[in-house]
Amino acid sequence: MITKVRPHPSQNEPLLFERSSPGKLAYQLPELDVPPVDAAQTLGAENVRAAIEGFPEVSEVEVIRHFTRLSTWNYAIDHGMYPLGSCTMKYNPRVNEVVARLEGLAWAHPYQPPALAQGSMEVMARLETALAEITGMDAVTLQPAAGAHGELTGILLIRALLEKRGNPRKKILIPDSAHGTNPASAVIAGYAVEHVPSNPAGGLDVAALERIVDADVAALMVTNPNTLGVFEQEIIRVAEILHGKGALLYMDGANMNALMGIARPGDFGVDALHLNLHKTFSTPHGGGGPGAGPVAVKKALEPYLPAPRLKRSGKKWAWDYKRKRSIGRVRAYYGNFGVLVRALAYILAHGGPGLRNVTVDAVLNANYLRRKLEPYFDLPYTAPNMHEVVFSDSRQAQKDVHSGDIAKRLIDYGFHPYTVSFPLIVHGAMMIEPTETEGKRELDQFIEAMTSIAQEVDSDPQTVLSAPHGTRISRVDEVTAARKPILRWKP
Amino acid sequence: MYPDNFRYTKEHEWVRVEGDVGTIGITDHAQQELGDIVYVDLPKQGARVTQGSTLGSVESVKAVSDIYAPVSGEVVGINAVLADAPEKLNADPHGEAWLVRIKLSAPPELEKLLSAADYQAYIGAEK
Amino acid sequence: MRYLPKSDSERRQMVDACGVTSAEDLFSHLPEAVRLKRPLELPPGISEYEIVQYFRERASENANGYSTFLGAGVYSHFRPVLVDTVVERGEFLTSYTPYQAEISQGTLTAIFEFQTMICQLTGMDVANASMYDGSTALAEAAMMAVRITGKGRLLVARSVHPEYREVLSTYARNQGMPVEEFGYLDDAGALDAEDLERKMDGLTGAVIVQSPNFFGIVDRVQEAAEIAHRGGALLIVVFTEAVSLGILEPPAGADIVAGELQSFAIAPSYGGPFAGIIATREKFMRQMPGRLVGQTVDTRGSRAYCLTLATREQHIRREKATSNICTNQALIALMATVFMTVYGKRGLRELAEQNLAKSHYLANRVKPRFCGKFFNEFVARAPGKEPEPINKALLKKKIIGGLPLGRFYPELADSMLLCATEMSRRPDMDAVGEVFA
Repeated sequence: MITKVRPHPSQNEPLLFERSSPGKLAYQLPELDVPPVDAAQTLGAENVRAAIEGFPEVSEVEVIRHFTRLSTWNYAIDHGMYPLGSCTMKYNPRVNEVVARLEGLAWAHPYQPPALAQGSMEVMARLETALAEITGMDAVTLQPAAGAHGELTGILLIRALLEKRGNPRKKILIPDSAHGTNPASAVIAGYAVEHVPSNPAGGLDVAALERIVDADVAALMVTNPNTLGVFEQEIIRVAEILHGKGALLYMDGANMNALMGIARPGDFGVDALHLNLHKTFSTPHGGGGPGAGPVAVKKALEPYLPAPRLKRSGKKWAWDYKRKRSIGRVRAYYGNFGVLVRALAYILAHGGPGLRNVTVDAVLNANYLRRKLEPYFDLPYTAPNMHEVVFSDSRQAQKDVHSGDIAKRLIDYGFHPYTVSFPLIVHGAMMIEPTETEGKRELDQFIEAMTSIAQEVDSDPQTVLSAPHGTRISRVDEVTAARKPILRWKP
Repeated sequence: MYPDNFRYTKEHEWVRVEGDVGTIGITDHAQQELGDIVYVDLPKQGARVTQGSTLGSVESVKAVSDIYAPVSGEVVGINAVLADAPEKLNADPHGEAWLVRIKLSAPPELEKLLSAADYQAYIGAEK
Repeated sequence: MRYLPKSDSERRQMVDACGVTSAEDLFSHLPEAVRLKRPLELPPGISEYEIVQYFRERASENANGYSTFLGAGVYSHFRPVLVDTVVERGEFLTSYTPYQAEISQGTLTAIFEFQTMICQLTGMDVANASMYDGSTALAEAAMMAVRITGKGRLLVARSVHPEYREVLSTYARNQGMPVEEFGYLDDAGALDAEDLERKMDGLTGAVIVQSPNFFGIVDRVQEAAEIAHRGGALLIVVFTEAVSLGILEPPAGADIVAGELQSFAIAPSYGGPFAGIIATREKFMRQMPGRLVGQTVDTRGSRAYCLTLATREQHIRREKATSNICTNQALIALMATVFMTVYGKRGLRELAEQNLAKSHYLANRVKPRFCGKFFNEFVARAPGKEPEPINKALLKKKIIGGLPLGRFYPELADSMLLCATEMSRRPDMDAVGEVFA
């Protein structure tokens, strides 16, 4: 019985270009207070373009209607839970939107004189301090624009330190359960990648690690808790093994929601990590970005951080460009400031004790789901899980129904699917992370939906296999989209 | 199903030799595992390959698989059909949807490859 | 706490269902040695009103009520009200990456429209669903060109944004790609084609130029294209001022265009978040990094959109991916999409014409140093040979002057980069003219 949604709204809204007709407009510019100039004379006739062929011409009413109708075709956190493992889709507080738009902050130009940018600099300094405290690290850079960008930065920092010590080394070790950005980032940083297997309990195979770590290994990239939601029990030993061979430990901080106020990466041997502000720190996903991926490091890596760095100069903040050992810039300007503001607002709202409560509730929610769903879905790894839990579809696969199908049927029950088919070490993975901003009612409805689907797999698998049924668009043909890509509208 | 006059690799490629030119493709087992194929990435004419090195790749919507050269030599022919119709690789992997032709530089390498019977046993055991 | 939707009794019920005595027990399996044994040293949480107050105070410590003549890659343009009306909708703001096409058609359709408009704007065949920003778009475009040509050397014009060149250098260095710079002409402020020709060789995979360049000059893209192509390299053209494409001919000789869309209703916000784009020719499509949205049909034959060509990306290709990028700047790209829609075909042209009028009015009062044609920025030499006193005098009038160039170009230490947009007012431009006189 589906208690949560009614059929999906259906509007037949065309593309902007199909709504367009010559002469319609949605703007009005003020009159010029200076004389107009002739473009051809000023720029040279050969440099002046013809009209932008095909660009829309619509009225303001149509702009609003178009995008409003489009928006009704989206699911969002404001509608309900996203149980997406590894994504930490928590509520995006609206006060964060208000403060990011305050004029003095929103209109600050990165090159305006520092004396007129003290507010922005203070915000960044305050956030650096807070993130260092939360992670137990010594210094933070806010430059990277996203998690993957942060990973790349972190690996470059490690490379720079090892180069200074005489040998950058050749390889980065990555667990076979890792997120795809990990090996991709390592390669862009100029390293080769070697995989470390997981043990039968789902953690890193420490014995294998010990065999693999040699003088060619620059670092291990670990996620903790790992992508199964399981804490790496031997993490301190792992750090020792690496440090013993002159290598470093990098942590993918995507799962930080499981650790705040409970354990700090800096305390268990991590040398560098990145954080995802759009995960743990509530900044909105906005359909796929922007995010921010600050990197926190131990003192040894501090000299290599991207320049410039904030420094205190008397009673004021200044940008310090004299950073001889810096790895250089990883992007123009200082960071995704608008995202940083939102993250700081989030931290201020919770405070120290509050962030710990966030983690406790996140872990409680995930364990509640585990208990309630265990009777119906296969749990390949039985170690205690933290903020997320990974099931597999092996029971349902016996009826030829797979993780992806169950996920699609979940849509009919009013939920966004969980993470399908990741991590790769679990066949038919169903990775579920509710986050702390889900209440019991939403969780119970989710449990109800999942158990109902499990029953449907037995009694009426076809309904699951051809889901979703209630949406405006049914399953799309991804094969033709890839074989014959159409990536733009043409008249 | 698996022609006797082909030789096979454990990475699921086949080669059919005529004179000193080998025609290469992927096996029916491979195309089944991949699912609907959306794109095939092949080397350029004249490229040199060695046995076991990466020749190109085959893509489905959600996966990519590297193709490895079963033999060493020079690429002397590329199947143009696959650029527009990669789905032929699902339909006729042993015939119309061959991938490249290679002029063999070391024919004795063929002896390292599997016969049709050995290959069928191999994939039977894999299951 | 207002973001934690559980009552005490609900929490108790859930704890019981987990078979533990308290939620704390769920952490008891962690090794003692990793446990934090003190509270986090952060002040307690504050109310909504206090949060707003905190940031209001910070905002007041920045420039407020100043006019500005700063450009240099970040531009002050009117932000149509509709932009925030649209992006503040929860369905756009709080939605996830559109991996599940059935419930993300809003985001996917908007991105498809975005990709289309970027193609129309740049004259390219295909555009992706945005990169982090213009500087990383350039770095990614360079890596793409190297993949395509198989040649690792990069030649970049000094008239490309200095911070963009720094980012390029960071990426290139770690991939073993040598980067060399070629100069600009002292008189015109445009790229030195002879210097480029001299430095060009058969190992070069990409030649990189910017137009309008960092000095605001409409650069010699066609000449660069000829030299690059003759040498077997690709031409990458960068733009930082998207409004310029409202009037300037798009770079026909470019193989890849990498640009920044901040001008399209993205608040300067002290440097980010912004949105970059990469646009290219059809034949290079599969080498593009970042997300791509494609058109398709659903099981009922209805037109629909989905993420496509995902096999280029990190989550499938992993270490062989075209890039490590996961995020696209979807919400920022949506702002740009609404901006482009609001202005539309005529509006973007009129907006560009206004920018041209304003900057050239200013240039009549403050003589440009370079003779090349420019859009809305130009370099001006300070009469006293030092830009700082000019800016100091302007600040007293609540005007932020241009960017002194000495920090990036020592040979131009006596000059500043001035930008005038549709937001610049005549009295302020007159004031700048007076101080310069």
